Amino acid sequence: MTKTELNSNSSNSSTEPGFNFAYLDEQTKRSIRRAILKAVAIPGHQIPFSSREMPMSYGWGTGGIQVTASVIGKEDTLKVIDQGADDTTNAVNIRRFFKKVCGVNTTEKTSEATLIQTRHRIPETPLKEGQTIVYQVPMPEPLFVIEPSRTEAAKMHALEEYGSMYVKLYEDITNYGYIATAYDYPVIVNDRYLMKPSPIPRFDNPKMNNNPALQLFGAGREKRIYAVPPYTKVKSLDFEDYPFSVENWDNKACEFCGSTDSYLDEVVIDNEGTRMWICSDTDYCNGQLIVNSLNCMS
Amino acid sequence: MKPLLNINRLSKTYGKLKACNNINFNLYPGQVLGIVGESGSGKSTLLNCIGSNLEIDTGEIIYTNSKNEILNIKQLPEPQHRKLTKTEWGFVQQNPRDGLRMNVTAGANIAERLLNVGVRHYGNIREEAKYWLEQVEIDTNRMDDFPHTFSGGMQQRLQLARVLVTKPRLIFMDEPTGGLDVSVQARLLDLLRSLVRNLHLSVILVTHDIGVVRLLAHRLLVMKNGQMVESGLTDRVLDDPQHPYTQQLVSSVLINN
Ligand SMILES: Nc1ncnc2c1ncn2[C@@H]1O[C@H](COP(=O)(O)OP(=O)(O)O)[C@@H](O)[C@H]1O
Ligand SMILES: [Mg+2]
Ligand SMILES: [Zn+2]
Repeated sequence: MTKTELNSNSSNSSTEPGFNFAYLDEQTKRSIRRAILKAVAIPGHQIPFSSREMPMSYGWGTGGIQVTASVIGKEDTLKVIDQGADDTTNAVNIRRFFKKVCGVNTTEKTSEATLIQTRHRIPETPLKEGQTIVYQVPMPEPLFVIEPSRTEAAKMHALEEYGSMYVKLYEDITNYGYIATAYDYPVIVNDRYLMKPSPIPRFDNPKMNNNPALQLFGAGREKRIYAVPPYTKVKSLDFEDYPFSVENWDNKACEFCGSTDSYLDEVVIDNEGTRMWICSDTDYCNGQLIVNSLNCMS
Repeated sequence: MKPLLNINRLSKTYGKLKACNNINFNLYPGQVLGIVGESGSGKSTLLNCIGSNLEIDTGEIIYTNSKNEILNIKQLPEPQHRKLTKTEWGFVQQNPRDGLRMNVTAGANIAERLLNVGVRHYGNIREEAKYWLEQVEIDTNRMDDFPHTFSGGMQQRLQLARVLVTKPRLIFMDEPTGGLDVSVQARLLDLLRSLVRNLHLSVILVTHDIGVVRLLAHRLLVMKNGQMVESGLTDRVLDDPQHPYTQQLVSSVLINN
């Protein structure tokens, strides 16, 4: 996030005429930024905000888009990923949208981006200070599974009553012998608030911990924003005798780049149903391919 | 001996209806107090008021906790209050659906009270759950089954196990034998009697069944139209009832049985 655009109706040669910079009007952006500031001040705590209609439907990440629209500045370089890929329909549409209404530079390279909007993944390339990552959140309330009442859930957050949340983990171990929750694995932020990390694989949970980047979370339909400031403790729920662990692929390597420490997707590659394992993070995979070829040449 | 619980001029109305009108009594450690009266006399309302499921209109509920601190329940800050109801107190609901999570296993139902107080060791939680299932005479092979596969009597005993796992000092029970077959009732009553004695529990028990209090209660409180019309040692009240309403209650039992 760089300097934000303050001059509301300034016409920018590269943005579409008729839109305010980043689509939302300045007052809306200010009000969302106020919610973001509160969220940063209380890591992991959900802040209500008045979610706006966006020119795409809920489920396309309107919460994340509104957060991005509120923090983006002309100097920013934006990366948008969906399931780790920059070239899926969702990612392409959102990137195109921001290019149109902000005229900002976009990139597929994690290292070059100042602002990253994501659905379902955290990039493999470690984030750095100064970067901001915005998560699209479908359902922000971790307590919903055990407490459907929002008032009661708010009380449980206020009183830090998170014991019931472990019932689900208890049931997992009882049924499967391990904690089976694979996505949106709940975490405690800054030793205080219980938080849903959005449906990222639990493989990505450790990346949230002590991350140098600012992490923002936007839920459009549920009208909630929350945040993890840089260098904040993020701990995945577990039991003393069943510690949290991430997925592994029995020493499988990406069949493109050979990486053994990235998150792998199993994909069907032809009509015969042949499958292979490849990196879910396409930018990372490309980067590893280049590294490999440089190593070959030297 | 100091009372565990002191109820002082407690009143509760529903609109114009005085469901509990100026109730006073003390409960002493290790004592089982039976609240009897016909249907609609205000027994459940009184129990729910004392057990903090309902807000009272006027009066005081004074509780002496395990650290010997005297707490005015109405003035207790909410975090301590909620903690109290999840540790030192236990409520066994008339309808097991209100006291259990039906969509998680029996073991998880017991585990939850331990998880609420910060226990985070799965193996230890399993051991505790097993122990308390045994104490309430539920086959430990049923630990990973859902409560809706249990009989009514088992569900009541599971509620007990769930409550007992935090070693409560005070237990509230609303018609614990209601809706159970006579033979199942007898077994539950025997179990309750031995648990109360062995664990030195204090209990407030609501029932319309005089037979239940004769077996379990040390003292009785007789309610009629929201008022306490008589109270005293169980044997005295049942063998020599003073109030005409109590006389009627006791004699109708003699006729029915
Ligand atoms: N939530 C409520 N709203 C209004 N009236 C109620 C409510 N609950 C109970 N009552 C009334 O209060 C009186 C006492 O009810 P209750 O405490 O359930 O009696 P008991 O348990 O002795 O059968 C009854 O007349 C009942 O109809
Ligand atoms: Mg009742
Ligand atoms: Zn790869």
